Amino acid sequence: MGFYFIQFLTGLASASSLFLIAAGMSIIFGVTRILNFAHGSLYMLGAYISYWLVTTLTPGPLGFWLAVLAAATVVGLVGIVIETGLLRRIYQAPELFQLIATFGVILIISDITRFIWGETDLVGPRAPGLDGAIEIFGHSLPEYDIAMIVLGPLVLGIIWLIFHRTRWGTLVRAATQDREMVGALGVNQAFLFTSVFFLGAFLAGLGGAAQIPKGGADLLMDLNVIAEAFVIVVIGGMGSILGAFLAAVIIGELNAFGILVFPQMTLVLMFAVMAIVLLVRPWGLLGRPEAVSRAPGEAPEPPLQRADKAVRCLFTATILLLLLVPLFSSDFILVILIDIFIFVLFAVSLHFIMGPGGLVSFGHAAYYGLGAYGTALLVHYLGTPMEFALIAAPIIAAIGALVFGWFSVRLSGVYFAMLTLAFAQITWSVVFQWNDFTYGDDGILNIWPSAWLSSKTAYYYFALILSLVCVYILRRTLFTPFGYITRAGRDSPLRADAIGINVQRQQWLAFIFAGAFAGLAGSIYVFSKGSVFPDQVAIPQSIDGLMMVLLGGVKTLTGPIVGAAAFTALTDWLSSNEVWFWRSILGAIILALVILFPQGIVGFVRDKFRPPEERG
Amino acid sequence: MSTVLIANGLKKSFGGVKAVDDVSFEVEAGHLLAMIGPNGAGKTTCFNLLNGQLKPDEGSVTLEGQQLVGLTPRQIWRLGVGRTFQITATFGSMTVLENVQMALLSHNQKNMAIRAVVSNLYVDEAMALLERVGMVEQSGRACSILAYGDLKRVELAVALGNEPRLLLMDEPTAGMAPRERIELMELTAEIVRERNISVLFTEHDMDVVFGHADEVIVLNRGQLIAKGAPDDVRNDAQVQEIYLGSGSTFAA
Amino acid sequence: MRKIISLAAGISTAVAMTATGSVFAAGTIKIGDINSYTRLPGHTVPYKKGAQLAIEEINAKGGVLGKKLELISRDDNGKPGDAVKKAEELFTREGVALISGSLFSHIGLALTAYAGQKKKLYLAAEPLSDALVWAKGNRYTFRLRPSTYMQAAMLAEEVAKLPAKRWATIAPNYAYGKDAVKAFKEVLKAKRPDVTFVTEQWPALFKIDAGAEVQALLRAKPDGVYNVTFGPDLAKFVREGKLRGLFKGRTILGLLTGEPEYLDPLKGEAPEGWIVTGYPWYAITDPAHKAFVAAYQKKWNDYPRIGSIVGYNAMLSVAAVIKKAGSTDTEKMVNAMEGLNLDTPSGKVHFRKIDHQSTMGAWVGKTKLKDGKGMMVDWKFLDGKNYLPSDAEVMKRRPGK
Repeated sequence: MGFYFIQFLTGLASASSLFLIAAGMSIIFGVTRILNFAHGSLYMLGAYISYWLVTTLTPGPLGFWLAVLAAATVVGLVGIVIETGLLRRIYQAPELFQLIATFGVILIISDITRFIWGETDLVGPRAPGLDGAIEIFGHSLPEYDIAMIVLGPLVLGIIWLIFHRTRWGTLVRAATQDREMVGALGVNQAFLFTSVFFLGAFLAGLGGAAQIPKGGADLLMDLNVIAEAFVIVVIGGMGSILGAFLAAVIIGELNAFGILVFPQMTLVLMFAVMAIVLLVRPWGLLGRPEAVSRAPGEAPEPPLQRADKAVRCLFTATILLLLLVPLFSSDFILVILIDIFIFVLFAVSLHFIMGPGGLVSFGHAAYYGLGAYGTALLVHYLGTPMEFALIAAPIIAAIGALVFGWFSVRLSGVYFAMLTLAFAQITWSVVFQWNDFTYGDDGILNIWPSAWLSSKTAYYYFALILSLVCVYILRRTLFTPFGYITRAGRDSPLRADAIGINVQRQQWLAFIFAGAFAGLAGSIYVFSKGSVFPDQVAIPQSIDGLMMVLLGGVKTLTGPIVGAAAFTALTDWLSSNEVWFWRSILGAIILALVILFPQGIVGFVRDKFRPPEERG
Repeated sequence: MSTVLIANGLKKSFGGVKAVDDVSFEVEAGHLLAMIGPNGAGKTTCFNLLNGQLKPDEGSVTLEGQQLVGLTPRQIWRLGVGRTFQITATFGSMTVLENVQMALLSHNQKNMAIRAVVSNLYVDEAMALLERVGMVEQSGRACSILAYGDLKRVELAVALGNEPRLLLMDEPTAGMAPRERIELMELTAEIVRERNISVLFTEHDMDVVFGHADEVIVLNRGQLIAKGAPDDVRNDAQVQEIYLGSGSTFAA
Repeated sequence: MRKIISLAAGISTAVAMTATGSVFAAGTIKIGDINSYTRLPGHTVPYKKGAQLAIEEINAKGGVLGKKLELISRDDNGKPGDAVKKAEELFTREGVALISGSLFSHIGLALTAYAGQKKKLYLAAEPLSDALVWAKGNRYTFRLRPSTYMQAAMLAEEVAKLPAKRWATIAPNYAYGKDAVKAFKEVLKAKRPDVTFVTEQWPALFKIDAGAEVQALLRAKPDGVYNVTFGPDLAKFVREGKLRGLFKGRTILGLLTGEPEYLDPLKGEAPEGWIVTGYPWYAITDPAHKAFVAAYQKKWNDYPRIGSIVGYNAMLSVAAVIKKAGSTDTEKMVNAMEGLNLDTPSGKVHFRKIDHQSTMGAWVGKTKLKDGKGMMVDWKFLDGKNYLPSDAEVMKRRPGK
């Protein structure tokens, strides 16, 4: 009995830490409608700064807490810099740009932290005055755990008071419910957003700073914590502080007791709970349904046109050139080009659902990964021939998209993005932790193509032709009624519904269609590398896809092709030239793209050559 | 003359407020029926009860004998009820022609087709509709760059795509210049007569109402207070009082 | 159209130039190096420094076969998929003779599979998974560092003498952790049939929920705990374990915990009295090793970690095998490597023909706090060749080889 009580308290202590970061994320989302992926980076900064303060000043008990508050304040100021320098410029941009931009921030903060504090993991000092343990029912509980258990509700109470007893708090609550209304009330919106971002960043910093006596600071914290924070925000309901607290307690206790029952399945449990909550209450436990999704403030793209002669010639020339490449180039060029073919297919399939479909999926990697793992598992366990596995992969991915898509298309905008991300994370956690079946982190090895494709050149032609055919099918589909009707549902759901179009069903079918091609891309990838790993299902894979589409231009048809090629070549070049800070270069490119160059490469070129009337 | 639509005893309340309270009326074939009333009279709610967006608490709506209550807007559209919106809703990334083709594709159950390309489908039919609303010259332009009056015409062509027997038009001339209004309503009236379609429309502009409607019904606070030929309604004391009392111009 | 043709011609010229250029710089032999330089720099950067020191010394003595060695490093981002991609790039673009390096076991296994398929030589320096040379071993893969089996056997030998009967394990849930637990259970059971394993905890790598894990271990009331966690996970585990009294009155084993990479970041929090494998570089008196430490400190102004000496030995092995093969032909190098002998600062190393595992040894001792820092005391060096299963057993574990 005593044991379970202690385990309960232990769960509460970790819940407090999770609550702090999730609360900040939730508040920021509530007011600005930006899902700040860089929140984990702010948490990490809080940990490093407080580590630095505490170890250089070696304060007493009061000083320790002052140092923690000071660190959180500094992080809050960093939040202000991010808000005023970056996010303020993109509040009107589509959700995709905002999410991608915060991803760029992650990359940059990570490199800055590494530059300042170095690469070694820092073990946090114990908190002065709370460095021992107390006995409860014959079990030891660290004193600091009790401090954490108190801290969570304390912060919750303070936020509640601020929100309910100050004018500023009232405005924040009003803005969380209806952003337009606040604009109408004549409130200084810029100040409100900046101050909210400060509070959110402060809380993330506080969470990071307060946890150093339980862990420390390391460079993996940002991404490790963000997934959990995301789960909590989603479960609690975006914008709901109390919801975040409730969800943090649920997840904290789930982890504490989950490891007693399923020591290897804790992540799956967490994401499974999220899935169940999303199925029953898509808005989270204490969230509110979003009545109307934000009106897209962007101009529609120009009407579809068949490729004109110049573009067709360019394409023909490129294809001819690609057919000739193996005659004069090294194997490595082929390796890179095969990667490009795969990612082109992946990006074009993603574009199908996010461009014409108007649904920004943040979890397209799930279908790529299902195709990849479906292939690898078939070959590994059943000895399926390559040819059959390649046919099965898109079917497996389509089944996944069928299930996940059925739930996802019920939502729109950022909620759709998050639900797709949640499903992708569920897929990832199953792949990652179901060791006995998927081999987890170790991946599945030795999945090589059939003998007739074992040479690099043969596989090159195979991947090229498959990719070309599929891209052609995806492209041509856009010109068919299926493609047009899908686009109609995006352009004006109201009008589409009024001419008898079942918009949700159309989106669902488009989602499945796109998922199937992503699955095929995953399958081609597996045979080209001979192996598959959970990374193929992880968040960065989805982000890469979005980056490719964005880089090429989301409102164009050739954009994803050009974007995938450019992005693959760029990251390969950056990462193979021993540029240790290549992440921040990539991050800077992302930010530049989002702010200065939102139409992408192809969009930019098109705008140069088309008369202004036809521009989007 | 036959009756196309019969609304009988419609009731809808929101949290105790009776938005529509026992409203009954009929729409005759080939007639333009205007529904008027001050803001908050229940016009929009009434419209939404007819097109399936809302389900009435009580009452029935029948289209040529077919019960509409309980059907979705899409099903109602398939039975031959077209709609236009107060603020035009068109497909901005498509050309004028393609917008009309969408209605034709949907009408012909081709939403899932993935073999034929759109540029070969129902072009003649769509062009014929555009011809009727006078938009042939602009058929290749994107809807996103069209003038507002032209968009209204496109919307009308789109609404005709399923060969409707009834058109529900929510403030068809809102946001238009006076001359454009008259042109659009004349066009609508011509089409209605030609094709023996009925129209139910809401409207604030009394010139439009009394210039084009065959019949007028007046709602106030959810209740139907007058119904009849335009001149009769114009002279109705209760109607005049409402409009004068509410401060709206009710110029004869 | 003319423009397009000239553009196409331009592109193809550019492609052809990148393709043919820079494959072989005259007079050097390129050695590919792949490691998790950004994911786990604390462990991998010392490895690279050790490797570079060795290369410098080898080249100062005239190189190998009259050519200088050149190390071409790539970062795998801690991802097996990236590692395979980098391997492909190193062979096909840089034209390296062989690849070496890596730390994470799952990455090592991915490179092993790659080497087997592509028939290229891969010297796995640091990954410890047993499968790398046994269940999933192949003709083209060799491993330098003592494997999990060897290190677990060394620890098991130590604790077999002790009274602890009820054992608990905690290990990261991936190839290395699984192999480490499996090997330890196997060897200890063989030596002490009376022990029981009361619980196994499997936190996801670098995602430990330490307080809850420690509680779960306490609940099983073990006499001894076998720890395989490392990096940030280890720090959290030690902190919670100390506060919650997990280590009090129990025998605690730490696989690799005595290595500076693991022990030094813990500073004053370093556990005391754990029986660990590690690297007491500060106390080794062997002259060859002392010379290595001096050269390392001179070049890098830093002390060596276990990675440093493994990196150093790896490059010595590479030089030795190329010299013995007399060529950089893969098949010749593989043949030469089977049975290769060389002297290193940590003693004689022999690459076994039977399973391609080297006999490099390890240091086993106890942890102790000295001057606010964890050290290894009462240590001894154990030769790896004494801690491998019988040849017959090895043949069973390395099927079809």
